Amino acid sequence: MPKLTIDGNEVEVDAGLTVLQACEQAGIEIPRFCYHERLSIAGNCRMCLVALERAPKPVASCAMPVADGMVVHTNTPEVHKMRKGVMEFLLINHPLDCPICDQGGECDLQDQAMGYGLDHSRYKENKRAVEDKEMGPLIKTIMTRCIHCTRCVRFTTEIAGITDMGMLFRGEHAEITSYLEKAVDSELSGNVIDLCPVGALTSKPYAFVARPWELKKTETVDVMDALGSNIRVDARGSEVMRVLPRLNEDVNEEWISDKTRFACDGLRRQRLDRPYVRKGGKLQPATWDEAFAAIKDKVDGLSGSKLAAIAGDQADCEAMVSLKALMANLGSANIDCRQDGSKIDPSLRAGYIFNSTIAGIENADALLLVGTNPRVEAAVLNARIRKRFLAGTFPIGLVGEAADLRYDYTHLGTGPEDLQAVLDPGSEFGKVLQAANRPMIIVGQGALAREDGAAVQALTREIAEKYGMVDKASGWNGYNILHTAAARVGGLDLGFVPGEGGLATEDIVSACGKGDVQVLYLLGADEIDMNALGSAFVIYQGHHGDAGAHRADVILPGAAYTEKNATWVNTEGRVQLGRLAAFPPGDAREDWTIIRALSDVLGKSIEVGDLRAVRSKLVDANANFLGIDSITSATWGEFGTPGNVSAAPFTSPISNFYMTDPISRASETMAKCTETFLGSPEQKTGTDG
Amino acid sequence: MSDAPETFEFTADSKAKADAAIAKYPEGRQRSAVMPLLDIAQRQCGGWLPMPAIEYVADYLDMPAIRVLEVASFYTMYNLKPVGKHFVQVCTNLPCWLNGSDNIMRACHDKLGIKNGETTEDGEFTLLEVECLGACVNAPMMQINDDYYEDLDSDATKQILDDLKAGKQPKTGSQLERYTCEPLGGLTSLTHQEELRAQKVSEKGDN
Repeated sequence: MPKLTIDGNEVEVDAGLTVLQACEQAGIEIPRFCYHERLSIAGNCRMCLVALERAPKPVASCAMPVADGMVVHTNTPEVHKMRKGVMEFLLINHPLDCPICDQGGECDLQDQAMGYGLDHSRYKENKRAVEDKEMGPLIKTIMTRCIHCTRCVRFTTEIAGITDMGMLFRGEHAEITSYLEKAVDSELSGNVIDLCPVGALTSKPYAFVARPWELKKTETVDVMDALGSNIRVDARGSEVMRVLPRLNEDVNEEWISDKTRFACDGLRRQRLDRPYVRKGGKLQPATWDEAFAAIKDKVDGLSGSKLAAIAGDQADCEAMVSLKALMANLGSANIDCRQDGSKIDPSLRAGYIFNSTIAGIENADALLLVGTNPRVEAAVLNARIRKRFLAGTFPIGLVGEAADLRYDYTHLGTGPEDLQAVLDPGSEFGKVLQAANRPMIIVGQGALAREDGAAVQALTREIAEKYGMVDKASGWNGYNILHTAAARVGGLDLGFVPGEGGLATEDIVSACGKGDVQVLYLLGADEIDMNALGSAFVIYQGHHGDAGAHRADVILPGAAYTEKNATWVNTEGRVQLGRLAAFPPGDAREDWTIIRALSDVLGKSIEVGDLRAVRSKLVDANANFLGIDSITSATWGEFGTPGNVSAAPFTSPISNFYMTDPISRASETMAKCTETFLGSPEQKTGTDG
Repeated sequence: MSDAPETFEFTADSKAKADAAIAKYPEGRQRSAVMPLLDIAQRQCGGWLPMPAIEYVADYLDMPAIRVLEVASFYTMYNLKPVGKHFVQVCTNLPCWLNGSDNIMRACHDKLGIKNGETTEDGEFTLLEVECLGACVNAPMMQINDDYYEDLDSDATKQILDDLKAGKQPKTGSQLERYTCEPLGGLTSLTHQEELRAQKVSEKGDN
């Protein structure tokens, strides 16, 4: 390991690091604009200059590899002078419009100009002006502010895998642009806003909305997909102004998808802020007491088999465990958290989580995708697959709908039969999996949410076992289920599935149609066929006036994910806590408190006093809830039901990435994205006009 | 001057040249040939690169169009706007300027009736001020299409432009009596080389 002296202190660092990284390890911060640890090194801003003894001129530390015996100075008057010079050049063409710039207060250039800027400008000539570029409904551009660090170009090319952005012309005429000024068509495009060190690329929906110092920042988790991306929610008063990513190397690194970032304006529209009761065919505003009384009227005297409950895609674990307890007290086994009709086997944990973990993708050496399009189902996870792909020797096979996944793969077919063909070790991809040391399979909901889902799952287990994807000796488990719903693993973990003799989602719906189930409790479930519910009495507890609320007989207004302290479990089985960033609107309440109050009214109290009591119920249901932010590896075993598979091709459960849940369907920004990237505004469901 | 074409495709001749350029690089490194290919495309298009040509080159090399556009916009010798049949580039850097490049520019203005960066209405001439073309020894100079015209003065410039207008090929290189960049009035040292030079001249037929 090379030893070098930085500011008089000798440090020993790993070979292959750059001087800038070595300085960071030594606890010295080097100013920079273009350098970013997750992107390739460009070395074009020159802000990170240091003095290197025996070097003829200042050295850009971000691009200089360490060598034994280097003597580096980062804090001498000479170094300061160099950096001041660089800063002066950067500021020559940078407009002095900080007061009207959305980056103000969180701008790298502003911050570093405090350290290295002159107190006046010596530049008397005209500053250059650059025409703004059109980059779609998410990214606002003020290109005069651009300092040409090319972070956005490198991000889109390297991480997002699109080749839309580039730097045209040269020198004073250099301009960052997207090709032919097309909208940047990536599910991760919003990250360039965070990456931009100045105010050249800012958030369009957030333009001129707030200043960073006015916002209350809450660290929480995202529920727009099953990844559980770590986010920071910035709120002013009761309004969520924006969502930013939070660093978590194991989950989302520092990226979030555009839906996670921009769907938050949906939290302000179509909200359920008071209870409603259907009277004379119309939903009428009501008080909580009236709503509960209407439910009591209906439920009293009904046997448990006439009741059913379905939990939606964003339900939190506290609400689900409470509802499960309530349904048990009412004597009903008809509960299900798989509103998409997935036939996933809830009996064994290893059979329904992403066993290899998301970070584990980087250790795999072959990948089989089954019935999934990770680009739309979990955009940030897809970036992780791409990262592994770029590292080289990573054969990827896909059984399912062919799509542009931003990396190369072999399309092995579309249906279960093609999956069966992979079982043959003589087949093309069979050989690949055979040769791999740590192969992995990712099974999507497109393969499981169908009639023969259980048989397909058994088939995937067979493949996993055949090709040594589960290796007890090394601890490698490459059998992965990619969920699309934030609530799913939590629901399966705490057993929100049909009990003995209970009905699963599809059976509940058809039983409602036949009148066998008379009361249906929807906990934020909007994706079932509302027209098939017959005359059932529907209780909808949720936060948006979507399909479920439209059909409901009683609406209990709940809290959205930013408005409650709640637990979610991501697709890896990682238990994460969401925190309250803003209070729910009007009469809306945290979900588990609604269920507890209702249980008291019904005389079937679930007997939980506070959040702590609910959480201890979670732990009772599954000990995994003890380990917050950690992953417990699941024991391998039998799951799935071997059987005949149909020939029908796998289809992706998500047709429109931008609208998958009540919040994103209510979001104007997501509607604009749908129009821009998918051609026409998606037919909305529910009560949207 | 040609209008922007809707489509672009290499002619058989261009294709042969392009493939020869690509063959210089190892398999899978065909992108390295982007600059020669852009040049071939530019020549085929009459001195400039319309967007379809850029996209065609991108497809030809299996690379993103934006990367090709970056190259084409970075280098000044690729023209992204149509140019005249005779693309007049006058050097105005220091050595040429000291030797009267202002007069050359003025002569061009007077003769062609256009200013820097403009094209004549008939599409015959485009005039452009450029940075050093590396012929300072015979300053001032200008480049028209692929030919250098050196040791210019106002009259010589006008004469060259007149010749081109008339469809004649003017004398290229130095407009004075000198061989390439040798001293005016003959060699002052290594004079024994003169015989050798005379031989060369007679072989080539001109200077």
